[in-house]
Amino acid sequence: MADLSINFAGIRAPNPFWLASAPPTNSGAQIHRAFEYGWGGAVWKTIGAPVLNISNRYGGLTLGGQRLQAINNVELISDRPLEVNLREIAEVKRLWPDRAVIVSAMVDADPQAWKDIVMMIEDTGADGIELNYGCPQGMSERGMGAAVGQVPEMCELNTHWVTSVTRLPVIVKLTPNITRITDPAHAALAGGAHALSLINTINSIMKVDLDTLQITPSIGGRGTHGGYAGPAVKPIALNMLSELVTDPQVIRSGVPISGMGGIQTWRDAAEFLLLGAGSLQVCTAVMHYGYRLIDDLTDGLSRWMDDHGFQTIADVTGRAVSQVSTFGQLDLGYQAVARINPDKCIQCNLCYAACNDTAHQCIDLVAPDGVRVNPGFDPRASGKEVALGRPTPQVRESDCVGCALCANVCPVDGCIEMVSVPSGRPHVTWDELTAQRPAVTQTWPAMETYREETGIEIH
Amino acid sequence: MEDARPPQLSFQELLPPMTPHEATVEANRCLYCYDAPCLHACPTHIDIPTFIRKIATGNVSGAAHTILESNFLGGTCARVCPVQELCEGACVYNAHDKPIQIGRLQRFATDHLHARGEAPFTPAPPTGRRVAVVGSGPAGLSASAELAKQGHAVTLYEKRELGGGLSTYGIIVLREPVEVALREVDAVRDLGVQVVTGQELNSPAGLDELLAANDAVVLSVGLGAVPALGIPGEAHILSGLDVIEASKLERPTGVGTRAVVIGAGNTAIDAATIARRAGADTTMVYRRTEREMTAYHHEYLFALSEGIGFSFLTQPVEVLHENGQVTGLRCVRMGLGAPDTSGRARPEPIPGSDFVIPCDTVISAIGQEKPALAVTLGLDLDQGYIRVDDELRTSLPRVYAGGDCIRARGNASTVMAVQDGKLIAASLARILGTQAAPIAPTRPPEVRDHPLYQAAHGAVPHAEAQHG
Repeated sequence: MADLSINFAGIRAPNPFWLASAPPTNSGAQIHRAFEYGWGGAVWKTIGAPVLNISNRYGGLTLGGQRLQAINNVELISDRPLEVNLREIAEVKRLWPDRAVIVSAMVDADPQAWKDIVMMIEDTGADGIELNYGCPQGMSERGMGAAVGQVPEMCELNTHWVTSVTRLPVIVKLTPNITRITDPAHAALAGGAHALSLINTINSIMKVDLDTLQITPSIGGRGTHGGYAGPAVKPIALNMLSELVTDPQVIRSGVPISGMGGIQTWRDAAEFLLLGAGSLQVCTAVMHYGYRLIDDLTDGLSRWMDDHGFQTIADVTGRAVSQVSTFGQLDLGYQAVARINPDKCIQCNLCYAACNDTAHQCIDLVAPDGVRVNPGFDPRASGKEVALGRPTPQVRESDCVGCALCANVCPVDGCIEMVSVPSGRPHVTWDELTAQRPAVTQTWPAMETYREETGIEIH
Repeated sequence: MEDARPPQLSFQELLPPMTPHEATVEANRCLYCYDAPCLHACPTHIDIPTFIRKIATGNVSGAAHTILESNFLGGTCARVCPVQELCEGACVYNAHDKPIQIGRLQRFATDHLHARGEAPFTPAPPTGRRVAVVGSGPAGLSASAELAKQGHAVTLYEKRELGGGLSTYGIIVLREPVEVALREVDAVRDLGVQVVTGQELNSPAGLDELLAANDAVVLSVGLGAVPALGIPGEAHILSGLDVIEASKLERPTGVGTRAVVIGAGNTAIDAATIARRAGADTTMVYRRTEREMTAYHHEYLFALSEGIGFSFLTQPVEVLHENGQVTGLRCVRMGLGAPDTSGRARPEPIPGSDFVIPCDTVISAIGQEKPALAVTLGLDLDQGYIRVDDELRTSLPRVYAGGDCIRARGNASTVMAVQDGKLIAASLARILGTQAAPIAPTRPPEVRDHPLYQAAHGAVPHAEAQHG
């Protein structure tokens, strides 16, 4: 059996799954229950400045009848008194010495304020501190949260105030509401951060109710942007994670990264690990289904690791990072084409519509007698037998540019595969081409000449 | 066996309506196939993927409009169509999953429109042309609606008290309640069609009168009664059609406690279902085997699940009765002999195999007689049905015909009849000078001849060119 335990910047946990700082980690009773279910750790819902929450707080995204593909919130940090939270943190840590208890904190941009809260957190016996530089609403207007995360200088300064007074590992949680995620990451490292975590929530307006014409959630007739999270944000989180783990400064620093943003299943978790996460944080999925999710998260991950011969989480972490490249490093000579498996094809012909209307018109419809036909029906035909004579989509490989749109729209698993084929083109990257023959990348006539030389036909 | 169902539930629609949530989830299962096989398979070619897409997006009225555009009797067809043989039978999901419940989604959409009291269509400005439609069943309603939409003045004649024909009188309530059939008659009225009930066309003089007052006459008169069996005691046999009609109009069905139904088609199963649900121990007798029975296989399975018994290779020879009361049906066992002209094994009586099925009710549902009116009016016939050409013209000028009276389309008859109505309206559009809704998508010549269009569609002739 795979060993799921982790040591993340000195914070130990029996498995990499932590509850993210959010409503699921709002109280000692909740975290106690979560630990009973088997969660490896919890980042306590942000403590700090006094706040008042409003009603209501969440907007949900429904896609194709599936609820909560994403959630957005206008919730603030913990609205329970500081002393209550601190007392409960200490109690939970005493009861669960083997689990990671990390305290998320957020106070005014003032060294004394940070020092005060850090001391209080240390006194609880917690394993680490996470600096919440991500909250996109409510707190940022008061100079906290994203207001810090979005300004690298502030990020460095605030981090420094904390790291200079504490012996605990300090994780800086980054906001995705920024152009270059590496800028605040560098600042956090300069401020002495021991680890990074991302992503916090993304600015969003979830929807407008078409019956009431109100922004949802409607808070007494007004709406505001909230923080977007859940399965729908996973690709954004994976990208930002990959930006961090391939950044030379981050690599040199050696700090681990706690990945979050849309983790709902062990599969999502494995992807975050492969792209370099050293621990994982989960929130929306738990808000949707409850703490019981941990069973499949750990069980599924562990079985998958066994199947691949991974013994520890460290074996998995970063295994896919070496593939992360820039466009200029990609092989211009590589060629894939779509192949449709006729035995699996159910003839929904969505690939045909997609290719014909919006890609490269390289899928034909072929009748059972082998004749190419156009879509359309015989008004005299009817009955289920029409399905027997239904044309099958077939790729004209010579015209296929390998865009993979068809494979993406195909509803049948494994029916359309992208297959590598010899391209007859030189294997060269854009960066190499730019260096070798700069004219090719600068004028169209030179490009035409190059294409003719190398047999690249664009249709 | 006692029917445990409370009587008030016995004659409700078999399938409950979908809840909005159920419909949304089911609609979202639909792949929205391109050039979808369900659309091809539907005899009226409803754009099924589009209407399901509209349900998925919450545009339920729009979905109903899409349905009714191709099939004015979308509410009836949603209930009575043998979807397993048509749209759902062609669904690509059959390959590896359950097909989309197209019929129930269609019912959800059309019921929604009805509940909102929305009229989907408005008639075109009057053309000054007049058409008489005889018979208010599915073909007549469909033709009337399409003609009214074109702006023609339509009078729809119905010999019975209520409009709707087969939908009103001949479809068991388990499939379609009377009010659904009647609301389609109302929908035709709303388009300006004058519906005249209690008036029958039964003579050449009557037809002449109609032709004198109208530009064209459409015959959609359906079929006749259940034919006689020609066996002793015949007078004591109930007609399956009468039993169904009585059950629809909530009259006593006359079914006792032990019923035998003769025949094994879909109507026979309907009649047996009524008898069974009325509390009778019910057996169907058929002279061939289950392999040859004409009912759909899913109907056979339904009958079995209802607790209806079957006696195959059984030929009735005499209805036994005492004091006017049926006491049994004498039958003879059949064996399968050499193939007959239809290629099916010919059933032959086994001598001396007589036996009696004790019963108090015998119902016959062995088919329907050919339309007698065709002979009366002197129309050319085709195997007893009214002969028509591809334009659905009869042998008499300005007289068209459609529905069950023109050919035996036992399978999918309602939806076929609706399509006939559309085809008649399209034919009439040509002589009455208006443009009917196109049956297949077409592109104007200036688009077709454009080099970009030809480049986009290659040398292959397009659908409308291929299929005309």
